[in-house]
Amino acid sequence: MSFLDGFMIRAALAGLGVALAAAPLGCFVVWRRMAFFGDATAHAAILGVALSLTFEAPIFAGVLIAALGMGYIVSTLGARGHAMDTLLGVLSHSAIAFGLVAVSFLSGVRVDLMAYLFGDILAVSRMDLLVIWGGAISVLGLLWWRWSALLTVTLNPDLAAASGIDPKREQLVLTLALALVVAVAIKVVGVLLIGAMLVIPAAAARPLAQTPERMALGGVVIGAASVIGGLQLSFWFDTPTGPTIVCVAASLFVAVTLADALRQAVRH
Amino acid sequence: MSLITTDGLTMRQGGKTVLSNVDFSISKGEIVTILGPNGSGKSTLLRLLIGALRPSAGKVVRQKGLKIGYVPQKLHIDPTLPLAVSRFLQLPGRVAPAAAKAALQRVGATGFEDQQLASLSGGQFQRVLLARALLSQPDILVLDEATQGLDQPGSAAFYSLIEELRQELGCAVLMVSHELHVVMAASDRVLCLNGHVCCQGAPEHVASAPEYRALFGTGTHGALALYRHEHDHDHDHDGHHHHDGCDHDHAHTHDHSHQEGSV
Repeated sequence: MSFLDGFMIRAALAGLGVALAAAPLGCFVVWRRMAFFGDATAHAAILGVALSLTFEAPIFAGVLIAALGMGYIVSTLGARGHAMDTLLGVLSHSAIAFGLVAVSFLSGVRVDLMAYLFGDILAVSRMDLLVIWGGAISVLGLLWWRWSALLTVTLNPDLAAASGIDPKREQLVLTLALALVVAVAIKVVGVLLIGAMLVIPAAAARPLAQTPERMALGGVVIGAASVIGGLQLSFWFDTPTGPTIVCVAASLFVAVTLADALRQAVRH
Repeated sequence: MSLITTDGLTMRQGGKTVLSNVDFSISKGEIVTILGPNGSGKSTLLRLLIGALRPSAGKVVRQKGLKIGYVPQKLHIDPTLPLAVSRFLQLPGRVAPAAAKAALQRVGATGFEDQQLASLSGGQFQRVLLARALLSQPDILVLDEATQGLDQPGSAAFYSLIEELRQELGCAVLMVSHELHVVMAASDRVLCLNGHVCCQGAPEHVASAPEYRALFGTGTHGALALYRHEHDHDHDHDGHHHHDGCDHDHAHTHDHSHQEGSV
């Protein structure tokens, strides 16, 4: 017996792991206006699920491969001058549609699609926890290591190039980090709401922060509060947990934004 | 000794040849200005030189360990990114607060450390960008239309600051501009670009070249002469100038056998 035996404890730890990795990465998604990119990568995860089920491989591996593939395709096509917005719209929704069709072909496998689309945080196992925290720490490490370079590229790719930073390499770092976050977050909030965990905590932290680092930290705090609050609320009101977590995050975003608007109005 | 040299540099983008067969080089301590009409490939050349683009053909050779201080034309700061001047000066590498303070002081932006980048005016922003470029102790300053959005006295002041910095740091300066008279007066050498190198040499020489007049008209020559007269100091201190390359036509068929070997 250990404290990890409680499913609520495991759920909380899983959610915190995702919040820890998603918020700092989410800052880059927000700064670089990559929200659609994040969605497309997340949506590709459902194709990854089909892949994993077909080859009886771990879900984590299939999702990681599909997400990396999507990230790579989007980066390459985008660099060739396709209209990014349209391209992402096409790829993002195609990934979901093809993924769902592919899963339906897997006869004999009883698949709970809802669990992949909206997460199944209450069913997190110890093994899942290990994967989630391993992935989250990898993402944090990656971002820590490349932080200044990523920030410089985000500001201006030419400025970065003149300082000897390769913008393409940093884009690859972000793609990798994004794929990792998608792969660990699918169990917690599901394919459809991973984008929310990236964007909402970071956006909510913006009015509270004067530096990029504090915005990332604020995002982690808001993300963690959303996870704990969402778990608690879904327990009380018997609501689906993943969406409840996102609802709490969205409410925090509205609260912070309104408070900031009020503060500015008072000051002027 | 050349800091950056190009050999037959050619750039095609979207099926269009933006630059063809550009041979260029810049030496230590030299101020070179690239002039040219819109779409002449000025910014593309600059981006190739700093390594932000890869050429379609030809090559760029940078001196080993060359430190480039780049001042972009403008910097779009996404409103979602909170960034104070002091933090910006630390990108990508850490600098001591005292050094940051000194750099801001040098460019006339004293005490700007705590300001958010997004709150700065155009002129203040350019100074902060320049301060950041100085902090890397560059061998060469590269400025892409750095005075865009500044008024006439503002940009004149900016260019005289550049000239002073060159004297202090001994760095080369490479600028893109189309503010003809101010720039030409502050340059050792001018490169006239229109998809290819039309002509180059000392400012007076280029201004009287038929290729230059074809692009910019003759009106600016008078302004240049006036400016030169007012600021009658000698730029010819190290014999960089050469007068060549203005004898070809504009049919884009010229060969480059008359390469600029003197730099």
